[in-house]
Amino acid sequence: MNYNWDWNVFFKSTGIGSEIYLDWFISGLGWTIAVALVAWIVALIIGSILGVMRTLPNKAAASFAAGYVELFRNVPLLVQLFVWYFLVPDYLPEQTQIWFKQELAPTTSAYISVVVCLALFTAARVCEQVRTGIQALPKGQSAAALAVGFNQAQMYRHVLLPQAFRIIIPPLTSEFLNIFKNSSVASLIGLMELLAQTKQTAEFTANMFEAFTLATIIYFVLNMSLMGLMSWVERKVRVPGMMGGAK
Amino acid sequence: MIRFNNVHKWFKDLHVLKGVNLEVTQGEVVVVCGPSGSGKSTLIRTVNQLETINEGEIWVDGVNVTDPKTNLNALRAEVGFVFQHFNLYPHLSVLENITLSPIKVKGMDKVAAEKQAINLLEKVGLAHKKDAFPSQLSGGQQQRVAIARGLAMEPRVMLFDEPTSALDPEMIGEVLKVMKDLAESGMTMMVVTHEMGFAREVADRVVFVDHGEIIEQAHPESFFTNPQHDRAKQFLRQLLTPMN
Ligand SMILES: Nc1ncnc2c1ncn2[C@@H]1O[C@H](COP(=O)(O)OP(=O)(O)OP(=O)(O)O)[C@@H](O)[C@H]1O
Ligand SMILES: [Mg+2]
Repeated sequence: MNYNWDWNVFFKSTGIGSEIYLDWFISGLGWTIAVALVAWIVALIIGSILGVMRTLPNKAAASFAAGYVELFRNVPLLVQLFVWYFLVPDYLPEQTQIWFKQELAPTTSAYISVVVCLALFTAARVCEQVRTGIQALPKGQSAAALAVGFNQAQMYRHVLLPQAFRIIIPPLTSEFLNIFKNSSVASLIGLMELLAQTKQTAEFTANMFEAFTLATIIYFVLNMSLMGLMSWVERKVRVPGMMGGAK
Repeated sequence: MIRFNNVHKWFKDLHVLKGVNLEVTQGEVVVVCGPSGSGKSTLIRTVNQLETINEGEIWVDGVNVTDPKTNLNALRAEVGFVFQHFNLYPHLSVLENITLSPIKVKGMDKVAAEKQAINLLEKVGLAHKKDAFPSQLSGGQQQRVAIARGLAMEPRVMLFDEPTSALDPEMIGEVLKVMKDLAESGMTMMVVTHEMGFAREVADRVVFVDHGEIIEQAHPESFFTNPQHDRAKQFLRQLLTPMN
C-alpha cells in the first residue's frame, strides 16, 4: 500500500477563514463533552430516582421503574435516537413543534434530541446499578435507620444511598465511559461532534488514516482522564472498612 | 410504659406470636428469654413497629402504636433499639453515627449534638474513639457506640435484642456494664438476652417465651432457682450445660 502519511494536515487551513483542521477536532471534542456530560448528569439523577423506586415497598412505583428499565434497555440506542429526533417532535404540541423544527438552529435541536436520548437510555442502566447497590446492603441498615425515627426519604438520603453509591462507583465508572462512547451516535443526526468532525476531515483532506488516528488518540486520552477523575472521586469518598478502604 | 394486649402475629402461615399479654412499667427492666425461634426478636421488634402485628394492640407511653394513625417516626424517635449486629452506619464516623438522628430527626443544632455525643461516649468509655469508623472498632466497642446512638435521642424506653450474642466472650462484660449503668439510671428497658448473670443482677422480671407464647413470668431469682414450667426447666438446663 502506498499511502503518504502527512501529520501536518491538522495544521492546514480548511479554507474557511483562518481555521485549521485541528480546530474541527477541538470543536468536535467540545460537542462530545457537552453531550455526554449533560446527558450523564440527567441520567444520574433520573437513574437514581428510578433505582430507589425499584426498592420501595410500593408495588406501583417498583413496577413502573422495572418497566422503564425493560423498555430502554431492550430497544437499540440508534432506534431510540431516531425516535427522539424524527418521531417524537411530530407529536409535540403545535407551538413547541414549530419552535423545535423551525426556530431552533438545527444543531441545537439535534443536541437536545441526542442528550434526551442518551440520558434516558443511560438512566435505565444507572437505575439497575443503584438498585443493586441498595439491595447489597445488610437489612439491618434500614432497620437501624427506621428505629431512630427516620422517615423513608431520610433513610435513603442519609443511610442507604451514601453506602450504595460507594459500592457502585466501579460499575458507574464504566457507564460514565460508555456515555462518552455512545455520544458518537449524534453524528448520525448531523451534530458535529468528534466522530462527525473526523469523518468530515477525512473526506475534505483525503488523509483518512491521520484523521482517525487522531480521533482514536483523543477518545483514548479522554477515557483515561475520565477514569482518573472517577478514581479520584472514589478515593475522596473512601471510608475505612467499606469497599477496599484501609482498615 | 409498654403494654401488649393479646398480640398475634403471623408470617404467612406461621403463627409466631400467639396472644401475648405483657406490661412493662416505668423504670422496669424486663429480660425476655426463650429457645431459638420462639419469637423473642419478633416480639421486641413489634414495640417500635419494625414488625407489624395482625391482631391485638401495643401501647407505648400512652400511644397505641398499632393504630394506623399513629406517627411511627415520632414514636420510634422516643424508643431506642439496640441490635444483635450493632448496625452502625459504616460510612460515618463514631461521632456522626451518634449525632445523625438528633440533628436530622429532632432538628438539634450540630454543636449541641456533638457535645451531647461526646458526653455519651464518655459514659460508654469511648470518647477517644469519636473519629474512628465502625470497622476500626471491636464488636464490644461497636455495640457500646450503638447504645450511645440510641441514647442520643433521649428515649423513654430502650429495647435490646440479644445485644451481646454476636460478641466474643471477653467483650460481653463491657457491654453488660454499660447496660447495667443505664438500668441504674432508671431507664425502662426490655432486653432479649440469655445472659443469666445480667438477668439475675439487673432485671426486675424475667419473661420466658416459647413457641410465641409467654409461658412464665417471674422475679429472676425465683425463675432461675424454681422455674414452674417443664419447658422453662428444660430451657434452663440446656442453657447451663456447657455443651449447649
Ligand atoms: N421475616 C420473616 N419471615 C418469615 N418468617 C420469619 C421472619 N422472621 C422470623 N421468622 C420466623 O419466625 C419465628 C420467630 O423468629 P424470631 O426471630 O422472632 O425468633 P427468636 O426467638 O428471636 O430466635 P433467635 O433466638 O434465633 O433469635 C422463627 O420461626 C422464624 O423463622
Ligand atoms: Mg432473635
